[in-house]
Amino acid sequence: MGIESLDRLAPGRAEFDVAEVATSDAGLRQVLHGLPGVDQVGVQERVAGLATRSVKKDSKLRALDLAIRMVDLTTLEGADTPGKVTAMCAKARHPDLADPPAPPVAAVCVYPDLVPVARAGVAGSDVAVASVATAFPSGRASLAVKLADVRDAVSAGADEVDMVIDRGAFLAGRYGQVYAEIRAVREACGPAHLKVILETGELATLDNVSRASWLAMMAGADFIKTSTGKVTPAATPAVALVMLAAVRDFELTAGRRVGVKVAGGIRTAKDAIRYLVLVNETAGPAWLTPRLFRIGASTLLNDLLMQRTKQRTGRYSGPDYFTVD
Amino acid sequence: MSAIEPTQAAPADQDALAWEYAPAPESRDIVTIAPQYGLFIDGEFRPAAEGATFATLNPASEEKLAEVAKAGPADVDAAVTAARHAYDRVWGPMPGAERAKYLYRIARVLQERAREFAVLESLDNGKPIRETRDVDIPLAAAHFFYYAGWADKLEYAGFGLDPRPLGVAGQVIPWNFPLLMAAWKLAPALAAGNTCVLKPAETTPLTALLLAEVCQQVGLPPGVVNVLTGAGETGAAVVTHPDIDKIAFTGSTEVGKQIAAAAAGTSKKVTLELGGKAANVVFDDAPVEQAVEGIVNGIFFNQGHVCCAGSRLLVQESVADIVVERLQRRLTTLRLGDPLDKNTDIGAINSREQLDKITELSAAGDAEGARRWSPPCPLPGRGYWFPPTVFTGVSQSHRIAREEIFGPVLSVLTFRTPEEAVAKANNTPYGLSAGIWTDKGSRILWMAQRLRAGVVWANTYNRFDPASPFGGYQESGYGREGGRHGLAAYLDA
Amino acid sequence: MPDRANGDRPQTRLGVRKTYKLFIGGAFPRSESGRSYPVHSPGGDLLAFAAKASRKDLRDAVVAARGAFAGWSGATAYNRGQVLYRVAELMEGRAAQFAAEVKAAEGLRRGPADAVVAAAIDRWVWYAGWSDKVAQVAGAANPVAGPYFNFSVPEPTGVVAVLAPAESSLLGLVSVLAPAIVTGNTAVVVASEHRPLPSVTLAEVLATSDVPPGVVNVLTGIRAELAPVAAAHMDVNALDVTGAPLGERGALQVAAACNLKRVYADHERWDEPPGTRRLLSPLEIKTVWHPAGI
Repeated sequence: MGIESLDRLAPGRAEFDVAEVATSDAGLRQVLHGLPGVDQVGVQERVAGLATRSVKKDSKLRALDLAIRMVDLTTLEGADTPGKVTAMCAKARHPDLADPPAPPVAAVCVYPDLVPVARAGVAGSDVAVASVATAFPSGRASLAVKLADVRDAVSAGADEVDMVIDRGAFLAGRYGQVYAEIRAVREACGPAHLKVILETGELATLDNVSRASWLAMMAGADFIKTSTGKVTPAATPAVALVMLAAVRDFELTAGRRVGVKVAGGIRTAKDAIRYLVLVNETAGPAWLTPRLFRIGASTLLNDLLMQRTKQRTGRYSGPDYFTVD
Repeated sequence: MSAIEPTQAAPADQDALAWEYAPAPESRDIVTIAPQYGLFIDGEFRPAAEGATFATLNPASEEKLAEVAKAGPADVDAAVTAARHAYDRVWGPMPGAERAKYLYRIARVLQERAREFAVLESLDNGKPIRETRDVDIPLAAAHFFYYAGWADKLEYAGFGLDPRPLGVAGQVIPWNFPLLMAAWKLAPALAAGNTCVLKPAETTPLTALLLAEVCQQVGLPPGVVNVLTGAGETGAAVVTHPDIDKIAFTGSTEVGKQIAAAAAGTSKKVTLELGGKAANVVFDDAPVEQAVEGIVNGIFFNQGHVCCAGSRLLVQESVADIVVERLQRRLTTLRLGDPLDKNTDIGAINSREQLDKITELSAAGDAEGARRWSPPCPLPGRGYWFPPTVFTGVSQSHRIAREEIFGPVLSVLTFRTPEEAVAKANNTPYGLSAGIWTDKGSRILWMAQRLRAGVVWANTYNRFDPASPFGGYQESGYGREGGRHGLAAYLDA
Repeated sequence: MPDRANGDRPQTRLGVRKTYKLFIGGAFPRSESGRSYPVHSPGGDLLAFAAKASRKDLRDAVVAARGAFAGWSGATAYNRGQVLYRVAELMEGRAAQFAAEVKAAEGLRRGPADAVVAAAIDRWVWYAGWSDKVAQVAGAANPVAGPYFNFSVPEPTGVVAVLAPAESSLLGLVSVLAPAIVTGNTAVVVASEHRPLPSVTLAEVLATSDVPPGVVNVLTGIRAELAPVAAAHMDVNALDVTGAPLGERGALQVAAACNLKRVYADHERWDEPPGTRRLLSPLEIKTVWHPAGI
């Protein structure tokens, strides 16, 4: 029933005014609570089943390079400095100078005030600059402050903006407010791509993850993202599975492909490849591109590089052979 | 509302090439398959008295794995005699606490040799290593663990103050879960103090014989477990042997009826776990994504060679198109092929005979006007294979909605109201299992009360556990396996 | 049929005799075959004619029992317990009549006949109390190794064909009937062939108690005619062969295999204080799984 009611949102098949639905809490509630339920145990079992996929040899090498190209290399610390960001940008452009060299990562992800530094650091490369904004990570600020935060980041050269939703408003059922904020941020982004962080660790249930995913997509997100990385649990395979199913179904309904970013706690190549398996078998191979799937991480990159070296040389490598930037 | 209008079509993406997982075969070197296997009688392996043998094949390649002794009446007699002797002299008088320790030992060795058992089972049966490794073998060990703990607690099981074993149990098991079915039979029987004559299926004898070796390794007294390989005549000789006190059979309803008739007028106690034609009922408020997984798991787990398979999908008409569309999309991700490949989801059909039966019933589905669909799925050139298949437009009157296909073939029917769902689900002489998918708790309980089936999975499917009783209503058999109830089958209770 | 009570004084009122009929679906039809057979006391006196049920009567009784199954098995256990207890109450009120009939049917003296009736009434009370306890005794919550709530409950098997003990006209019948129906099964009872009359009177009690029509159906007639038909009936789920001699049971069990009827051939004696074997026999264990998650 849920999917059917959403089908009505599809262009050309609208049976009621979408704008009207989207601006009222009640209308959004009707849509979001009409989504099919998500059975947590069933999701866990599916995830456990997919975790047994064995990725070896050529398919592993391809997965490792793909995963590197999907990384949003991230530093989001109070102690971040221009030096730290500049070094990270160098690593993002040339993660490993082995033969053949590892591909660059998708983007660097920093706080808004460090966007100019990052912009300079990646100049001349395809590496994008992503900035968190909207009073990251808590999002506890007025809309005006959040929008100023976004405009700062974009005017400083951010290609991508990672915003946080107001989880308090979402949990209180003020879906209209969450929707309106995302719309406003979307507009403030201008040409920049918008990633909407759901902070799934605070949403608690997979039903909420599904609803928040749809809410963000309806409001115009280019990506939906699991976590800030500041809350535990951050990304989990179960949450990713639900979000990947949501973007798949959203495309069928609305005709628009939304990306997924998992962030927080993904540290090993094995974890990354498991996420790629989830993408491949849930959203489908069309999502196996940095344009539609990202992994927010910092330490993950070196493990990907180390495994890549192992696959190419047949020898196990060690951390001394990879840069710490 | 530009955000939900289609933007420009996503550009063709070079990345979005199919990402194939490279072959990841489990090594078969871990098992050593002997060219010849004997019968396991009175603690020793020996050839059949008449010297008869038969071949067991790898159904994925039709390669012969081994030549196996074919037990005749003299062998059956020898095995029953050994079991009787062991019952009278050793196992019957043994304190339950000691019996328990033998069962714990068996459980441990099954865990220690799990990978070996898993590979051997996949080779002999054709099922994917993912299933033997993650389901069959761990559950078999778990059954021995569970029933081991009962062996010295029988007087607390609720069957009276001094529950007595029945004596010698003749146990005939099928080919779909060879080792697991052996565990389901042996563990409660031995815990209760019976001795056993086990007849594995003709096409899958090897893991039962490896289990016999485990019995030797744990020092189980001779005659407590005897394994007789053979075909239908061997099984018939076991169940009709006059010195058998208890018959436990898992297999077809047709043979189950023959056994029930054969035991008529005797003092033999009989439990039967037979066929099914389970309805998996999906309501319009189901958690669709998990329901699709449950449908897939319900009918394509173990190539559908499952007596409790959810072979009839009853889907509420208002969501039928959505569910079928999602199901089809999901089925395109299934990987069919080498059972030893760790990424294989669908393995080989167990035998030529079974493949012929599946093929014949599917042809009947076509002939009766149902619409057949399978995902693009190249089949290997050798071995016995059948693609995952979905029939839509099926009615209750179609053969594919009534007869047990025992293969990867799903029949999709629709219903309009809960009452109609119950009526259609129960409209079968079988009654083994059923599935319910809905987010509404009260409807789950309402349905669960009305479905005439021994196992009801609500918002899940095909879950098994040694603590959970399993068995059917009506022509799906009688008696339960698993849990405290499973113990009753082997006690004079 | 000498009317002993009035035999000495023909000038007093002539007694009105009862016609003994079948009990099917809450009604008291004669056999559709029109047949009856004479019933004698152990001493050889003609007591009455009983209806001689045919195969078609048995078929009708099964249809009635099947029709009553959903309602009876769906009633609350508390309700079924009350209904059975109500039967005991009504029997108590007609104890003298039952005692007289048992006395005549079985050739007992007054004292033993009274004791038989008392025991039969007490059987109803005993089994009435089981209605809302059997699920707690035979069911279970099962600790499976995973995030599931899993429980097992006993459910009635369905339509049970009961061959009542041959030697006991009332207590035997009650001892095999009450345990079958208390859990929600419906029953087709073949009464004692040679001592059928108290079973018809019991049926009259059932008809005027709260037992829904079709839950109990009582057939009088020739066991050797009826039992094989019941055993082979595809819409009968269970068969209690207590009333069949050992020599007949094998053939009945063979016939019962046609649809895998649950056959109760236990040697638990009906004339001893009952245990639970008979009670638990026509039950199926249903196990329900549900995930536990948020």
